Amino acid sequence: MKLLNVLNPWHRSQPPLARYRQQRRGVRLKTWLSAAPVHLTLVAIALLWTLPTAGLWISSLRPAADLSQSGWWTVFQHPFELTQYSLQNYRDVLTAEHMGRAFLNSLMITLPATLIPVAIATLAAYGLAWMRFPGRQMIMVGIVGLLVVPLQMTLIPVLRSYRDLGLVGQFAAVWLAHTGYGLPLGIYLLRNYIGSLPREVLDAAAIDGASHWQTLTKLVVPLSLPAIASFAVFQFLWVWNDFLVALVYLGAANEVAPVTVQLSRLVGSRGQDWHLLTAGAFVTMVVPLAVFFALQRQFVRGILAGSLKG
Amino acid sequence: MILANVYRRGLRGFLPWFYVGPALLFLLLYLVLPTVQTVYLSFLDGRSQQFVGWDNYRVLLTNPATGIALRNNLLWLVGVTGVSVGLGLVLAVLLDRVRYEPIIKGLIFMPMAISFVGASVIWRFVYAYRPAGQEQLGLLNAIVTALGGQPMGWTVETCWPLADWAPITLPGVGWEWSCWGIPFLNTLALMTIMIWLQTGFCMVLLSAAVKGIPADVVDAARVDGATELQIFWRMTVPLIRPTIAVVATTVVIVVLKVFDIVWVMTGGQQETEVLASRMIKEMFNFREFGRGSAIAVLLLLAVVPVMVSSMRRFRDGEDGL
Repeated sequence: MKLLNVLNPWHRSQPPLARYRQQRRGVRLKTWLSAAPVHLTLVAIALLWTLPTAGLWISSLRPAADLSQSGWWTVFQHPFELTQYSLQNYRDVLTAEHMGRAFLNSLMITLPATLIPVAIATLAAYGLAWMRFPGRQMIMVGIVGLLVVPLQMTLIPVLRSYRDLGLVGQFAAVWLAHTGYGLPLGIYLLRNYIGSLPREVLDAAAIDGASHWQTLTKLVVPLSLPAIASFAVFQFLWVWNDFLVALVYLGAANEVAPVTVQLSRLVGSRGQDWHLLTAGAFVTMVVPLAVFFALQRQFVRGILAGSLKG
Repeated sequence: MILANVYRRGLRGFLPWFYVGPALLFLLLYLVLPTVQTVYLSFLDGRSQQFVGWDNYRVLLTNPATGIALRNNLLWLVGVTGVSVGLGLVLAVLLDRVRYEPIIKGLIFMPMAISFVGASVIWRFVYAYRPAGQEQLGLLNAIVTALGGQPMGWTVETCWPLADWAPITLPGVGWEWSCWGIPFLNTLALMTIMIWLQTGFCMVLLSAAVKGIPADVVDAARVDGATELQIFWRMTVPLIRPTIAVVATTVVIVVLKVFDIVWVMTGGQQETEVLASRMIKEMFNFREFGRGSAIAVLLLLAVVPVMVSSMRRFRDGEDGL
């Protein structure tokens, strides 16, 4: 065999690394083919999972007249004929159907309703992880218990006190409510992460004379930025996508309704206006999908940190 | 000197509450107190605020609509949890062997970013119904038509008749069994949306657990001649059972609270209702706050077993600290 290799000029002319790579490639192809069922299953499920969203997206780009006449998959008969696509649906839904206003409302609701709980949860998580005080174990158990209280449970009493305070229909009503509802998960995730930071670092800071506040802001927050970011993404998606809290505490008035409530009204009142529904649904999804794809890694890491350690 | 010491120690004792206090205040105001109040309200008449004892519960439990809602909740619980955890597990195991894992994961996990309302609109386009003869706008009905079947209202009909392609009523049997075929078609259609939303979440968590299984152990089993199925049932599943339990718990909690999908897809039409949508209906459509509260208490009672088990798990995890 060795002799053959020496005598074979073609074989010798190849540098050893390329030869090795070629051999590896052959092996890889063989294993790939034997694993074909696995690949087929995975690709099929991924396609199946993407199909509904893809269908909606294609539909939203079709003129209203076409949309009500034929299914979205008919565009694939001539996929590159650009006349069958238009942005008119988006223009209509943003101007005529209050979706533009609702988009701004959603931002107005989501930003404070993300920042406030993140700040409060970070404070509490630090306190519960690194400070000694009576009852902290009980508090932590209580917070885990609250994690599963259905928020429907609290609607009527909170709505009543909001009525008394004149808060119904005000953005502040949902900011505060989302803070309350988001805190158990936030404290739980962040405490797990902050509690797992190396003890020595914090002890060193204490010996150097750092106060708790300095330790928190200069040491713990920078170190736990991944966890804080992931809770922020989680809270952001949850608030942006929320329907129930906004519907109950804000109502459906155009001035305050967020995109989800506005979209549900579109479904209810105009179930037949497919073109507005498609574009409207996509308007509601743009921001969360962008956030999700930009921060997917962080998001996943945060969920894993919380769920696997518990 | 002494006074300063007392002052400082006092301040130090107070300091933790500066950190934990705001959170506790919010939890108290938005979760603890309202829950207690709701339990109290469930014993009052919604309009007159008179104490009526168990009346609200009695009315609810004798109302057939509650029975349907309970039945549907049970269907959701078993069906959605079973399918999304099972499918997530299979996907996690398969994904462990391929290189393009992040792409597939991203695509299947994506619905996580979509609201329940948005998902409902997406699925209206899958389930859209038009009578036969016209061109179908809904993908599912287009496929059924292409295969020679009759298009149907997936979210409206209670049964997918398989025998004779037409419903057959069995005399003397309740309407649930009035057909030969797949019952609860409308509820199954709504459950599919939830499965679509939850599978990615299960897959991501389970996939992390699968990756945590030491490779040499699995290789050793493979060398000893274990088939893939044996490895899956005898090794993978037992080794990651704790994670499976956590994931299933999470899905159960989400499923019990579900309301948006039912509300937007069918407007709380009777056969598809669940407890949560029933509750919103009692509150806003009928202004029956007492009965609404009673349903909320029933919901809480359904969650309590889950809560107890997850608290126990939390304490177990705490032992290491």
